[in-house]
Amino acid sequence: MQTFDLAAEGLRKLNATLHAQTASTNQTSWEIVNPKGSHAIAVGLDAPMEVNVKGSTGYYCAGMNKQATVHVHGSAGPGVAENMMSGTVIIDGDASQYAGATGHGGTLIIKGNASSRCGISMKGIDIIVHGNIGHMSAFMAQSGNLVVCGDAGDALGDSLYEARLFVRGNVKSLGADCIEKEMRPEHIELLTELLARGGCDAKPEEFKRYGSARQLYNFKPDNAY
Amino acid sequence: MCGIVGLFIKDKALEPQLGKMLTDMLITMTDRGPDSAGIAIYGDKSAGKAKLTVQSDDSAVAFADLAETLSDRLGAKVSLTRKDTHAVLDVPADQIAQARAALAEIAPGVRVMSSGEAIEIYKEVGLPKDVAARFDVSSMGGTHGIGHTRMATESAVTTMGAHPFNTGPDQCLVHNGSLSNHNSLRRKLRRDGVHIETENDTEVGAAYLTWRMKNGATLGEALESSLVDLDGFFTFVVGTEDGFGVVRDPIACKPAVMAETDQYVAFGSEYRALVNLPGIEDARVWEPEPATVYFWNH
Repeated sequence: MQTFDLAAEGLRKLNATLHAQTASTNQTSWEIVNPKGSHAIAVGLDAPMEVNVKGSTGYYCAGMNKQATVHVHGSAGPGVAENMMSGTVIIDGDASQYAGATGHGGTLIIKGNASSRCGISMKGIDIIVHGNIGHMSAFMAQSGNLVVCGDAGDALGDSLYEARLFVRGNVKSLGADCIEKEMRPEHIELLTELLARGGCDAKPEEFKRYGSARQLYNFKPDNAY
Repeated sequence: MCGIVGLFIKDKALEPQLGKMLTDMLITMTDRGPDSAGIAIYGDKSAGKAKLTVQSDDSAVAFADLAETLSDRLGAKVSLTRKDTHAVLDVPADQIAQARAALAEIAPGVRVMSSGEAIEIYKEVGLPKDVAARFDVSSMGGTHGIGHTRMATESAVTTMGAHPFNTGPDQCLVHNGSLSNHNSLRRKLRRDGVHIETENDTEVGAAYLTWRMKNGATLGEALESSLVDLDGFFTFVVGTEDGFGVVRDPIACKPAVMAETDQYVAFGSEYRALVNLPGIEDARVWEPEPATVYFWNH
């Protein structure tokens, strides 16, 4: 295992070192110490390696991730795993606003709560939150799955496209064009796999599914101001 | 973008280090606001005395015989402690209004930064580390304090455009965000006789809170109604004689992180600002909810 002291060596060197790892690298296990809430830790990775961040991170940790597993042993600031393509990002604590925003693929697991705008404009990422999520989550979410074991805040799934939203607790309010939908066997099957992947102690039958009513897809004069 | 830091001390043993801890937090927030910085610090109170913190760009001249002139006018002893461009005037608490009126006459170029029994506000243009050094903030003790690093968006980079803003006796406001209805609100408040000095949006927010409280609202009520009457983005931190409060607009895109231990409650625009506080590893760390007013009091 390689250990990198961020306080001593700095962010540019950290990210350059991680970017230099190729698909055939032998250095597949990294530990980053002294993150101290720094921004842009482990962004743009593109190799099958595991990066453990020993503390809390600031803005944009693990953004644009491909292939790598980034595990934050603390909480994450705004924009964690933004625009992730593949791989896995795990947050042991809470995540701040717009976690997993615009993500195209991979899995984001948040073991605490996520703040507002979680999964905004998600495009294929799977986001699994053990706790609650804040307001305006999954706004304009296009595809992928958002699983919430706790409660959701105001305006969940506003202007939603085809992402699937599963919430176990209460939803404070649904956004425009987001409705509750029937849980069919294929959804139970999908959710069983997602909960197992996220390490969640929850039963798929306890969840409700929300999705798009598909009423905003085409222009209607009634929707104009 | 701007940076806010705040610290409310619970453990008296930490009070002498308030300025030192706040300075460290403030400097960490430099890249959120490198153009000016300010700090409101709540220190010792002495019975029957109030403090006017004043500023002058020509402080050597302006402050030279200010205490004597003001003492003569009030018929009571006024003492002056100078710190760079600022000075703290100790005046009898029951003569604070007369002292302000007299100051406007005898020293019209001298600007009042704050007034109250405990509060002192220091703010200037420049990098946070330089501003903190000019006023030797790290040597100051106190019960609680608020700091701000400014990246100006709505008005000029000037001393009077820097935060915190004094909103009433022992009260102050700092702001991260931008208000979009400040021009219309400024006109309305001016029609009601409220004095607003600059074109700054936050000053309007501060004047709004002062105006609401003059009309009978508590600070908590004034903050609640700000959620209705102020349009725009804001995370506000307010200081009061015995504590501080936090409120974020309903959209809450301006960041805020809180940490609490047995020794303190801390606020930072980012977690980075809090990382050197004692016991932060075991602190309860959370984000304040949108459209919710929080208060901590001694």
